[in-house]
Amino acid sequence: MRLLLACLVLLMSIPALAENDAITIAVVTQEREPVQPVSPLDGEIKDEGVAGARLGIADNATTGRFTGQRFTLSERTIPKDASPVDAIHALAADGIRFVVADLDAQVLLAAASAPEAHGMLFLNSRATDDEVRNEACRANILHTAPSRAMLADGLAQYLMAKRWRKWFLITGRTPGDRLMTRVYRRAAKRFGAEIVAEKEWTFKPGHARTDTGHVTLQSEIPALTQVQDHDVLVVADEANEFGDYLPGRTARPRPVAGTHGLVTTAWSAVSEQWGATQLHARFEKLAGRRMNAVDYAAWAAVRAVGEAAIRTRSSDPSVIAAYLRGSDFSLSGFKGQGQSFRPWDGQMRQPILIAGPRLLVSVSPQAGYLHRGSELDSLGFDREESQCRL
Amino acid sequence: MQALIIAALCLGFMAQTALAGTIYVSNEQDNTVSVIDGDTLSLVDTIPVGRRPRGIGLSADKEKLYVAVGDDNRIDVVDLKTRKVEGSLPSGEDPELFVLHPDGRRLFVANENDNLVSVLDIPERRIVTEVQVGVEPEGMSVSPDGQFVVNTSETTSMLHVIDASTLELVDNVLVGTRPRVAQVSADSRQIWVSSELRGTVEVFDAQTREPLGKIAFEVPGIPRELVQAVGIQLAPDRSRAYVALGPANRVAEVDAKTFKVLRTYLVGQRVWHIALSPDGKRLYTANGNSSDVSVIDLENREVIKTIGVGRSPWGLVVAP
Repeated sequence: MRLLLACLVLLMSIPALAENDAITIAVVTQEREPVQPVSPLDGEIKDEGVAGARLGIADNATTGRFTGQRFTLSERTIPKDASPVDAIHALAADGIRFVVADLDAQVLLAAASAPEAHGMLFLNSRATDDEVRNEACRANILHTAPSRAMLADGLAQYLMAKRWRKWFLITGRTPGDRLMTRVYRRAAKRFGAEIVAEKEWTFKPGHARTDTGHVTLQSEIPALTQVQDHDVLVVADEANEFGDYLPGRTARPRPVAGTHGLVTTAWSAVSEQWGATQLHARFEKLAGRRMNAVDYAAWAAVRAVGEAAIRTRSSDPSVIAAYLRGSDFSLSGFKGQGQSFRPWDGQMRQPILIAGPRLLVSVSPQAGYLHRGSELDSLGFDREESQCRL
Repeated sequence: MQALIIAALCLGFMAQTALAGTIYVSNEQDNTVSVIDGDTLSLVDTIPVGRRPRGIGLSADKEKLYVAVGDDNRIDVVDLKTRKVEGSLPSGEDPELFVLHPDGRRLFVANENDNLVSVLDIPERRIVTEVQVGVEPEGMSVSPDGQFVVNTSETTSMLHVIDASTLELVDNVLVGTRPRVAQVSADSRQIWVSSELRGTVEVFDAQTREPLGKIAFEVPGIPRELVQAVGIQLAPDRSRAYVALGPANRVAEVDAKTFKVLRTYLVGQRVWHIALSPDGKRLYTANGNSSDVSVIDLENREVIKTIGVGRSPWGLVVAP
């Protein structure tokens, strides 16, 4: 009888246990105009970011099978120009506490400030804005996307390793481009480079596709780049409007780096080392294309939650969030070193790749940029420089 | 009399060097296996194999060499007399590391892309069964008593224990981040597992899977993140363990009883897998980034030679 009772109790508790152990992570994206690729070699991407989150859940689920933990992904989209508050309300109603935010900075801040956002943890996988990691930082946001300052510092360290000290900056017309140029300037100052010339790109985008496009570009770009001598042309063109047109057309035979040419990025289709081949293979099987930096940040966000849940053997959001921020946390991010979160601003420490168009060129931090803590903290805003007050 | 002494010395020298064996090194980016003479410590041959050779091991009779060629999804079989690939074995997709069971007929293969350990029957040339493990299975080892096989999964960060007779998972143990190599001790009583990103080695009781110790490594002047743990070699007499420290370019010598790090040796860049000579007096290391092999004289505690091999040497094995 006693045994029967015990069995009954056990049986009844199984579904409850399973329910308790399910960890749901939402990936919230916003409706965007699809970006038309400049090169005919690139296809239009419709599942950027979300595809990375899907792979992250699959990776979590495989491990969860052995620890008895279940992971599910809930995909949500915020309509164009809509407030994210409704989406946050819906997530709260579904009891979801982990949110991978594939959102622009202002939408991210609005989401994280929504009334029900208090008990949620947001993982920013899209916005590279330094503002959301500094003066506008929030206690409920971690960032797996690198900041623009990290990208600029990673590039600057490499350019200084090459002794390419004299930079010519070209800035695009978006607000993001201007922010990028600002951190290039900061990086030049930090690492001892000199900005010898600056120009803005003012032409109309996308005209290379017309039959005479290359003729126009062939006269416009030399005119634009006719400046005093420099070692490298550093470009800020986040929307891919013109950067691809620069290599091979500049007035002086100088390399192009930044958002184009030698690309400074958290992840690249050309990554191979440190097991990147395997991550790409899994991603390609799932998405039918190579993984890019936005996919990578979403993957890292989902994997980070999974890693913390598995290490703590917990599905309690507060336990998982505390572990994520702690010094024990380390994510294997296929870039050769463990990746953890900076306690002062919630930014994931990570190496920055310098990618060529066909192969990887280098990885920063470069040798010799020492740091009392982690050398990864030589990229971006260090503890003393941070404006974040959590 | 003098001649006799010299002759005796010579004999002693020959007997000793005869034990140095032949070293085979898989070159991941060259699609070759380098052959190093253990007596002269020079490169004597290069054998072309399939694409992306990594895991490398000897057949039971030591006359064949098995080489996992991941991009060709098979295991090449090299005849060591002719030094030519004489055929291949099925392996499942993307084989990385494998281990030969003491029965001499079964090969346990980690299929990196498929989250599987495949069990291959060599004479029958077929996969007998597949065991589902974690994401990116890599490290493989078998207990010398033949009872169990262990595997690590890099992204899942687990040690998986497989019963070698029922071919079922017995246990899954969470270990340090990105576990690379597992090795079962000569007495089948301990399992040693390296964690690449934590830079640690954990030692478990093979029966209970209780942790027995954790070894951390420090190299002055090298950032903590770059002191990683990869290849492990346990001395057959169970006195020592050797651990390759990856981008720290060092191999650590550990007291296998007290788990204390005794010393480190400076070797080539990004040292990966390591192998002991049959007499246990030398350690050979595959240095992935400098494309060479370092030879450590363990008696005199010094690196005695560096031998250039193919591009990105990955695994190595010593034949008597």
